[in-house]
Amino acid sequence: MDVMPKWAEVVLVPLISLLLAAVISALVILAIGEDPVAAVKLMITGALGSTYGWGYTLYYATNFIFTGLAVAIAFHARLFNIGGEGQAMLGGLGVAIACLFIPWPHWSLALIGAAVMAGLLGAAWAAVPAWLQAKRGSHIVITTIMFNFIAAALLNYVLVNLLRPKGQMDPATARFPEATNLPTLHDILAPFGIAFSKAAPANVSFVVAIAACFVLWLLIWRTRLGYEIRAYGHSESAAKYAGISPVKITMITMIISGALAGMMAINNVMGEAERLVLNSTEGAGFIGIAVALMGRSHPVGVFLAAILFGFLYQGGAELALWTSIPRELIIVIQALVILFTGALDNMVRMPLEKIFLAVRRARAPKPERKPVESAE
Amino acid sequence: MSNEATLERQATAAPVAPAIELKGISKSFGPVQANKDISIRVMPGTIHGIIGENGAGKSTLMSILYGFYKADKGEIWINGTKTEIPDSQAAIAAGIGMVFQHFKLVENFTVLENIILGAEDGRLLKPSLAKARRSLIELAEDYGLNVEPDALVQDIGVGMQQRVEILKALYRQADILILDEPTGVLTPAEADQLFRILGRLRSEGKTIILITHKLREIMEITDTVSVMRRGEMTATVKTSETSPPELAELMVGRKVLLRVDKKPATPGDVVLDIKGLKVVDDKGVERLRGIDLQVRAGEIVGIAGVAGNGQSELLEVLGGYADGIGTVTLNGKPLDLTGRHSDGKSRRNRGIAHVPEDRQREGLIMDYQAWENTAFGYHHDPHYRAGILMNNAAIREDTAEKMERFDVRPPNPKLAAKNFSGGNQQKIVLAREIERNPDLLLIGQPTRGVDIGAIEFIHQQIVALRDQGKAILLVSVELEEILALSDRIAVMFDGKIMGERLPDKTDEKELGLLMAGITDTDTPHSVEEIEENLAHTHGDPHKEI
Repeated sequence: MDVMPKWAEVVLVPLISLLLAAVISALVILAIGEDPVAAVKLMITGALGSTYGWGYTLYYATNFIFTGLAVAIAFHARLFNIGGEGQAMLGGLGVAIACLFIPWPHWSLALIGAAVMAGLLGAAWAAVPAWLQAKRGSHIVITTIMFNFIAAALLNYVLVNLLRPKGQMDPATARFPEATNLPTLHDILAPFGIAFSKAAPANVSFVVAIAACFVLWLLIWRTRLGYEIRAYGHSESAAKYAGISPVKITMITMIISGALAGMMAINNVMGEAERLVLNSTEGAGFIGIAVALMGRSHPVGVFLAAILFGFLYQGGAELALWTSIPRELIIVIQALVILFTGALDNMVRMPLEKIFLAVRRARAPKPERKPVESAE
Repeated sequence: MSNEATLERQATAAPVAPAIELKGISKSFGPVQANKDISIRVMPGTIHGIIGENGAGKSTLMSILYGFYKADKGEIWINGTKTEIPDSQAAIAAGIGMVFQHFKLVENFTVLENIILGAEDGRLLKPSLAKARRSLIELAEDYGLNVEPDALVQDIGVGMQQRVEILKALYRQADILILDEPTGVLTPAEADQLFRILGRLRSEGKTIILITHKLREIMEITDTVSVMRRGEMTATVKTSETSPPELAELMVGRKVLLRVDKKPATPGDVVLDIKGLKVVDDKGVERLRGIDLQVRAGEIVGIAGVAGNGQSELLEVLGGYADGIGTVTLNGKPLDLTGRHSDGKSRRNRGIAHVPEDRQREGLIMDYQAWENTAFGYHHDPHYRAGILMNNAAIREDTAEKMERFDVRPPNPKLAAKNFSGGNQQKIVLAREIERNPDLLLIGQPTRGVDIGAIEFIHQQIVALRDQGKAILLVSVELEEILALSDRIAVMFDGKIMGERLPDKTDEKELGLLMAGITDTDTPHSVEEIEENLAHTHGDPHKEI
């Protein structure tokens, strides 16, 4: 018997947080002399008003689903993987290798091959900090952050010195062969008679991301591995008692986490850019943390939060394009959402719990019998 | 509440105000009402016991009196004046001193430094220390509280640490002393000494409140006793006019059996054979220093000892989650003590079930629902599997049956473990482990934090398992429990077994000496000698309680 019903926990809390973030954002926009109502309208029409807008929103959301899931699975084992950014970069490298050096006959095979390579490299990049944590006790937050920098430097080196075609000034790989180009939502939806913007980058990876949500849900709540991961996350001492190896769980969880972050590259590198450029991840690895926090580490929550952040990204871009609201302020708005939904969660939760408690008290004059343990 | 009558004697004999009077104290934490309209009067110069099960609200009440919590309702009167106690500073100013169950001492400070901590007079330490040393000598003489002022706290025994806590309170001019479960970490001899000190303090006019769950202590030392149950004060009586069974009934709300009914054991073959078992911890300290022990089928072997003398390590090695050196065989076949096959999973496969000492840290995942906890450790069982997935429906069904058989309340498999009371949590663990039909059951502190009603049930289950011919290794810091359940008692001290005794051929006194590491139990020994011995153990007495 928790204090709040489940629906309040999963719907009401994030909704109120979001509302608070919106109110403060509106005040900020007012303060610089712009009209917040117009700004919201512009964001909504820009991000959701056309299939073009939707195409971008879903494209960003796909990135965030992968990185959000990566952070979420690690959270279940009480591991804080801040290295999604680096793991996604390595994933990009994996995609580039798979696409450039293997002559794929069809995009579907290329997608599988690229996803596997991306996952492998992302997983490998997460496995090193995981091993350091499991065997040496080096804190995974520190090591994964550091691995982001190493990844950036590594990619810089590889792109400039190894993968850059001769004579090209841009530190990027050559364009991937046409056979590896993924169908966009336009291509997928056309046979069904649904017209979708041709220019938008959302592609088949979005479907893969949805599948990943389902598989991860199955893994976390229906398999023994998921059971062990959650048990370890709740109590390491109890996990040891039950014969669950902390080393094994740390390694496996981080490998899954890294693989998910790495697989983001099939969307941004393979699906959109169709070549690997420097800084292809554009901070999606970090947004994943906010997405996982807001989504309560549940795949469905991660999916919804990813869509929301996709909307904020695309809507924000539109705002920057059409109004004099500076780009930096849009980042402020995004940060406010992260702050309220992630960090300030308890600010909303506590008063809400009190309200529910008061309501329950008022309804039942005699409180039900409960253990008084917590009071001692 | 009409406790007026029982206190009439004091009221008429001396027309003084009560040292402490609580009027209608109520306090709730969220949905939990920890204290419900509690009133209590304690006359000066008396020892007042507060007894109740874990979670009855005793500690909450005392925390209110000491200013840690603010009561939702009610008044506190000290020596006849209404007093507000918003924080512990105010409590100290009102003459209240508290000795916590977990001592609040700085380990690497000397006794003297600990005593003045927070009560230093000026910017310089030296004058305060000199002053404290003088009053310390006086206090020690007045009340028989001998301590070594210049010893580091980490080097002195638990008994002396407790006296330092008492001295800290007295140094701050406390007239009212609250002691929270003071005997939890003491050997019987040390407990006796504590009671002598308390008696002395009483005769010097101090007022003492003793919080405990042990009926024996209440009967031995208190003048009046209040019983708490589920946040309410159910009775306040004169100790001389009550009896342990009556108090137990007041605590639980029904008649309880204080003794365990059991037939004599019929031990069979040796199931567990431990030879020369050693455990070295991370810091390189030997926690087990060569244990030899046998447990046969159909017998309960009880390990007695002050917490922190290696009992936990013994259970951890046998349970598969600490490495050990030595030879351990189960039914004649060796157990791996290190490496891949030394984990909880392998132990369970070999037929060892384990009810761990700390169910909240080890035995259960508090956020998991009851059914998830029922599978805990046994989640690889084919019966709980459906392909690569877990067969949640089967586990839930199994849990519902187990809850029924072990009378877990409420019998709801979908309730999270944290929402059950201590006794019901323990029943969930017991049901899980016993129903596996193990060859050997390891069981640590089976009734810690468990209400008396459930204790009875848990003891019956343990004896029933023994009667089925299973081997049981019992670890408990409650000597009474060891004496009541065991067919054979081994006493541990400083990582070694000091001796084995049969429960009907020994008593608390002899076991108490063994627990302090003294093996020639026939000659008399002083408390100082016992303390001296205990001070030199590597054990960490605070670890378990």
